[in-house]
Amino acid sequence: MNASTLFGLCAAALVGVGLYGLIVNPQPLRKILAFNLIGCGVFLLFGAIARRGAAVGMGGDPVPQALLITGIVVAFSATALAVALVLRLFDETGSVTLASDAPAKAQADPPDA
Amino acid sequence: MPHSLSTQDVTSPGGLLLVLAVLIPFIGVLAGMILGGRGAQRVAFAILAAGLAIAIAIADALVQSGDTVVYILGDWAPPLGVALRADGLAVIMLLAIAVVIGGIGVYARGDFGTPPGVREARAPLMFWLLLLAVWGSLNLVFVSGDLFTLYVALELLTFAGVPLVSLGGQPETLRSALRYLLYALFGSVLYLLGAVLLYGAYGTLDILLLAARVHPEPVTWAAAALMTVGLLAKTALFPLHLWLPPAHAGAPAAASAVLSGLVIKGSWFLAVRLWLDVFAGVVTLPSAQMLAALGAAAILVGNIVALRQARLKLLIAYSTVAQIGYLFLMFPLAAGLAAAQIDSTAAVNGGMLQAISHATAKAAMFMAAGLIYTTLGHDRIADLRGAARALPMTLLAFALGGASLIGLPPSGGFLAKWLLVSAAITTAQWWWVLVMLVGGLLTSAYVFIVVVRAMAPAPEGWTPRARVPHYQQVAVLALALCSFLLGMAAFCPVDVARIGRAVVPEIGWP
Repeated sequence: MNASTLFGLCAAALVGVGLYGLIVNPQPLRKILAFNLIGCGVFLLFGAIARRGAAVGMGGDPVPQALLITGIVVAFSATALAVALVLRLFDETGSVTLASDAPAKAQADPPDA
Repeated sequence: MPHSLSTQDVTSPGGLLLVLAVLIPFIGVLAGMILGGRGAQRVAFAILAAGLAIAIAIADALVQSGDTVVYILGDWAPPLGVALRADGLAVIMLLAIAVVIGGIGVYARGDFGTPPGVREARAPLMFWLLLLAVWGSLNLVFVSGDLFTLYVALELLTFAGVPLVSLGGQPETLRSALRYLLYALFGSVLYLLGAVLLYGAYGTLDILLLAARVHPEPVTWAAAALMTVGLLAKTALFPLHLWLPPAHAGAPAAASAVLSGLVIKGSWFLAVRLWLDVFAGVVTLPSAQMLAALGAAAILVGNIVALRQARLKLLIAYSTVAQIGYLFLMFPLAAGLAAAQIDSTAAVNGGMLQAISHATAKAAMFMAAGLIYTTLGHDRIADLRGAARALPMTLLAFALGGASLIGLPPSGGFLAKWLLVSAAITTAQWWWVLVMLVGGLLTSAYVFIVVVRAMAPAPEGWTPRARVPHYQQVAVLALALCSFLLGMAAFCPVDVARIGRAVVPEIGWP
């Protein structure tokens, strides 16, 4: 087993663990962490692909590396936005849950319009 | 098809317009952020006008040249560089979105305008900035020709859409926004994984080059499945629709119109792009049937749940869940026509028309619901009495939008369903006809209930809670009329949707 296969398998494992966490965990913060885990898996896979697809005499294919950096920035901003929402939700309600029928809110009219 | 590939490598006349269509809204976002308050609103209106003009100019360039409008960024041809391309489908969406955003902008002046003498607040500023950001990201989704650029565009769309949900700042809307964001991130990371797999297998992310290189093998199937599921989560196709109703119903009316009418069309359009252009030779008819089966389930479940809603905005949101189902019926029909060596344009046109007529109709209906809420002070369907007396134009707009959703002639929804139904009959897939007819009946039931309740005379001595400006009612009616008269597109002399789409091997070029 060469290095890129090993990294590819690690990436697959990370994506799997992350997907499990994203779907099964009820807490938003854990879901955000799980999303980051999937992201790490995808980036690792991209790195392995860059290594495997490199031309003779080159350390790696530069295109995936360039895209990777953009991907990391996007995942970072997504995490920041999600954490900001969680913090705001905690400030407003004192708890962080995604269940829509939070205590004392069940019968109140949602103030929309 | 060497001819079409060779012409795709150079910037075509009018190519720079594509860059402007993406850049101008984002320049507006930056300028609005600097100017703030009233300045942002003025910038937004200037950009709305400029963007509509650009969309029309792109359509003109497309029809004049009769081929895809292309812009090669920095003159680096696709395997290394990135191309922006606008074919018929993209241009239709660009135009439709420009019109709907314009209508929403005029309406939002009433809700988020800052008249002289009123203190500038944060929510209106954010609304105008996010409106422009949604527009810019949608334009990028329509014109970009590279899977990774599309990923970035989708993420931009999510980042612009999520804060729109929680613009009001109540705990309930924050929760819906967070749920929406988590679904969207799940979708986009799966999409990115698929794109990475495709790059690993074929060494390019350019749509045209990929289309020429992909062939049916396990890695392509895995990538197609991952990307499709990711896009379904973002489009809120049943059973991944759970985030949509609370998010769309809880947002302010203008924001709901943007989210329900426009934002979900971005990821849907990308699914169309993938299935028709990239994976045309890879996807099989049974897989397309499965996609449409989910669509059919969405139509039935969405409509039945909509019927049971007590609040107008939730009813409209569930109706969106149902209408998304129609958007996915086109896949087996297009695949079936292509497999039978018949021109699949009819099915594709039906799907596109359904998207546009839903965008206009749903935006109009959400804004009508917003006006009704302002006037009555609530949106309980059981107590809509007097709404028709206070807001005759708005109720007419709601009914016209509803007629388009049902599919009454001459609405855009009618023409869309007509094309889809005839495609279903041509390819002997009668069960989709049945689903569409039942869906139309259920839709007419809830539109009818709302209109009848609102037509009931108001109790003695009843006065509206608040008066709404005339121009808001006109904006809503104008969008509803766009949707209702879209059926006239059948008389359009040029079949814009098929321009520049000769690259799909199954479609014969006349």
